[in-house]
Amino acid sequence: MDEFNRMTLNEIAEAIPDGALLGVPADYSGVPMAATRALIARGARDLRLYCLPLTTIQGDMLIGAGCVASVEAAAVTLGEYGLAPRFNEGAINGSFQMRDSTCPALHSQLQATEKGVPFMPLRGIIGSDIAAHRPDWQVINSPFGNEPDPILLLPAVKLDVALFHAPYADRSGNVFIGRRRELATLVHAATKVFVTVEKIIDTSLYESEASAACALPAFYVDGIAVAESGAWPCGLTDVYPPDAEAIRAYAAAASSEAGFTAYLAELGLAPRTAA
Amino acid sequence: MSHTPEELLIVTLADMLQGDRHVAVGAASPIPGAAALLAKAEAPHRMHVSILHSMRHNPFAEGARELFDAAGQGRIDTFFLGGVQIDGLANINLVGIGEYPQMTKRFPGSFGSALMYFAVPRVILFREEHSPRTLVEKVDFISAPGVSPPEVWRRGGPKALVTNRAVFSFDPQWGRFQLESVHGGNTRESVTKATGFEFDFAPDVIETPAPSDERLERLRQDIAPKVAGFYPEFAARVWGIAA
Repeated sequence: MDEFNRMTLNEIAEAIPDGALLGVPADYSGVPMAATRALIARGARDLRLYCLPLTTIQGDMLIGAGCVASVEAAAVTLGEYGLAPRFNEGAINGSFQMRDSTCPALHSQLQATEKGVPFMPLRGIIGSDIAAHRPDWQVINSPFGNEPDPILLLPAVKLDVALFHAPYADRSGNVFIGRRRELATLVHAATKVFVTVEKIIDTSLYESEASAACALPAFYVDGIAVAESGAWPCGLTDVYPPDAEAIRAYAAAASSEAGFTAYLAELGLAPRTAA
Repeated sequence: MSHTPEELLIVTLADMLQGDRHVAVGAASPIPGAAALLAKAEAPHRMHVSILHSMRHNPFAEGARELFDAAGQGRIDTFFLGGVQIDGLANINLVGIGEYPQMTKRFPGSFGSALMYFAVPRVILFREEHSPRTLVEKVDFISAPGVSPPEVWRRGGPKALVTNRAVFSFDPQWGRFQLESVHGGNTRESVTKATGFEFDFAPDVIETPAPSDERLERLRQDIAPKVAGFYPEFAARVWGIAA
């Protein structure tokens, strides 16, 4: 019997409220694409994406479908499949607020929440236009040492929801994240955590130290939905590679708004019309 | 033995990694990745190469932040950065063209450049396209600055800029690039014409040395199959290795 809260994709989409600060993973750590399509299907809006530290087709689709109010990321791209077309057009038109960041800052701001401290200092970044456009960041002189030493402080960020896809969970709801430890940080910094998985396995992840080292403990997780091929068309390490043909088809379709709408329609989805 | 333009760049970059203990290579960088593996194969000492794009050559096991933590600890000697635009002060722009935020052309974003440029002792700027469009007088957005005021902590920064036409060194004290060598078919004049910023000339600007037969064989036999493991399309295009 399951000891975890088993949900459907639609229930997860319903549990992510409009306007939520939603933490999403990079393409290498389990992109929850099936759940993303469910979010589009429910007509989610004003989502604020916090990307750890970047997003690919997931962010691009959510932007194109009118679900997004702001994006905080170090990059939005389809990687080797090209630029992210709905993101690019939206950024140029100002259809959402872009909060440009840099990878270590995105990690650090969640790590502050993880540790329960109000901010984290970070080296570098001073003198960049990233910092110049971030009034929420501050430079102070380091209180330690005698020489002038300006250093950047980043406020802690608490996510409303973390959402990602993983290869499997066990019957107790422990989730396999392998060496993608940034997912643990994403989860530690979130109020609600929803995970989609390829399958549920019978063997506990705590059966051996080797598998326990790959576990995200169940006590962090609010709900799990089984979604086979749940990262498609993105890949899932050791389970399936990215579907290059499908991502290229997306890139081509999404290069225009009409093409993107047709792409959504083929999936049985409709974009939000402007309110 | 004749070589391809990509092979010249790989060998040129590999020569810049001599003496490094740990070289890291970011996303979408097949030429720097191949260069790092070639340098490792030729190094007389133990050298670590971390290629983020690869599974087997990516050693980080503590999540995506570990690269930045390792850089902060001073454990990465050389890193590669590129830019949609690079200017004469070695400022790099990975964000877009035009006035921020609603630019005329938007690119993916700054990735980890804003930390790595400060924390890694030697950063090699690599941008194949060498034109007034990419090498500009002033970037439209500074993802990471090339130089910093003396009071700002900075372990390293730009050491060189390698393009499909030439090799420049960079002097942080003067904040200027210096042309060191031009690739075959280019001249001081053609490089000047293709560069949007002012730069200095080395006392003797040479032609970028062509790779020896021995190194080309090593690259094609030992390194190319490894590159094919994580950049199959690049390896197929340059070496005809079936994907």
